[in-house]
Amino acid sequence: MRLPLFLFGGSLGRQTPLFKLHQELGARIVDFGGWDMPVQYSSQIGEHHAVRRAAGVFDVSHMCVVDLRGARVRGLLQQLLANDVAKLRTPGKALYSCMLNERGGVIDDTIVYYLSDSWFRAVVNAGTRDKDLAWIRRYAQASGVEVTERTDLAMLAIQGPEGRAKAVQLLTPAGAGAALALPTFVGREVGGWFVARTGYTGEDGFEIMMPVGDAMPAWRKLNSLGVASCGLGARDTLRLEAGMNLYGNDMDESTQPYESGLGWTVALEPPDRQFIGREALAAIARAGSPRKLVGLLLEDRGVLRTHQRVVIPGGGEGEITSGTFSPTLERSIAFARVPAGSGDAVQVDIRGKLLNARVVKPPFVRFGQSLIGLSKGPS
Amino acid sequence: MSKVPADLKYTKSHEWVRTRADGTMEVGITDHAQHALGDLVFVEVPEAGRVVKAGEPCAVVESVKAASDVYAPLAGEVTAGNPKLSGEPETVNTDPYGEGWLMRLRPAPGALTGAALVSAADYQKVLEAEGG
Repeated sequence: MRLPLFLFGGSLGRQTPLFKLHQELGARIVDFGGWDMPVQYSSQIGEHHAVRRAAGVFDVSHMCVVDLRGARVRGLLQQLLANDVAKLRTPGKALYSCMLNERGGVIDDTIVYYLSDSWFRAVVNAGTRDKDLAWIRRYAQASGVEVTERTDLAMLAIQGPEGRAKAVQLLTPAGAGAALALPTFVGREVGGWFVARTGYTGEDGFEIMMPVGDAMPAWRKLNSLGVASCGLGARDTLRLEAGMNLYGNDMDESTQPYESGLGWTVALEPPDRQFIGREALAAIARAGSPRKLVGLLLEDRGVLRTHQRVVIPGGGEGEITSGTFSPTLERSIAFARVPAGSGDAVQVDIRGKLLNARVVKPPFVRFGQSLIGLSKGPS
Repeated sequence: MSKVPADLKYTKSHEWVRTRADGTMEVGITDHAQHALGDLVFVEVPEAGRVVKAGEPCAVVESVKAASDVYAPLAGEVTAGNPKLSGEPETVNTDPYGEGWLMRLRPAPGALTGAALVSAADYQKVLEAEGG
C-alpha cells in the first residue's frame, strides 16, 4: 500500500507562532496552502467528537487577517464584495461574503468585521493570501484605503458546547463578562485581544485574535482546562457536517456562487451597487444557474471523496467537491455539483462501482445534533 | 515506535504475511501503516474464490482522510476476507496483526519462491529509512 505523505521534521512551508508547540504535542504535520500545519494530534475522530461534545482548540493563525482603514473603506468593500457591507451597522458585526472576479468566479470567501466607519477587518484564506492582497490593494489605492496584513496576530478557534465557558477563563472577570455577552457573529476588543463569536464547526465558540506571544500560553492554559488540541483533519469533517464550504474544493475562480451553494451571500439589492462580478451574476440569476451544489448522504457502504463522479438517473453527471466520513452520523457525506434539474436519488462512481446516494439539504449536523433523516442504514 | 513481530514476513509496501497451519497465508497491514493512515472507517476485503496476482490491489482501507489500496503480497486464491471488518473497521487500528487481518490466501504453485517478502529485521530497516 502507499501511505499518505507526512512531513517529519524539516521545514517545508510557512509556520505559525504555534508550530513548535504542535510538534511538542506530537501533532502530525502536513502541508496546507503552503503552511506546515497540524492535521491531527492523536485521533482525528476523537478530536471531532471533542468539539461536538465538549470543546476543542484549533490553530488558525495561517489565515490572513487584513485591516482596511480609511474614510472610504465601506465604499471599497461594497465594490469588492458580493455581499453588502451596508448590512453592517453595529460595531463588531461580521458578514460572510465572496470576493468575485468580473466573470463572477470566486477569488476567495471572507469574513469581514465592521469595527468603525473608517476601519474594517477581513479574514481571508491562507492559500489565497497573496492574490487576495494584490486584488484588494489594486482597488484600495484609488479609494485611499490603507491595507495592513496583521502578521503580528495569531488566531485560535475555541469551539464546542463548552468552548466559550472554557475560553473566557483566559480573560479577566470583566473581560469574560463582555465576551460571554457577545451575540452570534459579533466580535469585540477584550483586554488587547479581538474575541469573535464565530467559527467553522457548526458549534458555538469563539475565534480569538491575539498578539503572537500570547498564543502559546493561551493554548497550554486551554489544554489544562480540558480543551482538546484539534487539527485540520477534524476541522474539515466538522465544517462539512456543518454544511460550510471550503475554498478550493467547493468553489474557486472557475465557479460562481449560485452553483456553489452561496447564492444566499450575493446581494443584488440595491440594484445600483456596482460590485465586481455583478453583471455576470445578475445574468445568471435571470437565466437560472445550470448547476447547483447539493448535500449527499451515501446509502451504501463506502466513503465519498472529492472528484468522484456523480451519475444522475435519466442522464447527466456531476462531481463530488468535498466528501468524507462523518464521525457524528457514522455515514459518508459530501457536497456535489450537479445539474440544476437533478432529483433526490443519485449514484456515485466509487472505484468503478455505482453506489446509491440521497440528496439532502445541508447542514448535516448543527449543535451536536443530526439534521437529516437516517432511517435507511447502510446495507 | 511501531511493532514489527519477528515471526511474520513483510512487504516493503507495509503488508504482513503469516503462514497458517493449513498452508494458507493470512495477510494484513502493519502497525506502522495503520498508524500512518489514522482512524479507519471503511475496509473492503476480497471475496473467497478471487484469484490475485502478486502486487495486485486486492483490498481497500479508508481512513477519514483518504483511501489506500492494499496489494496482494503474493499470487494465490483468496480463501476468506475478514468478515468482521465491514462492521468494525477500527479493528485494523486496534489489532493490526491479530483480529484486524484482511484476507487469507492459498498461494499459487511457486508463489512463495518468487514473492518479494522480507524479514522483520529488513522491514524494520525500511521503516528507519522512511524516517518513521
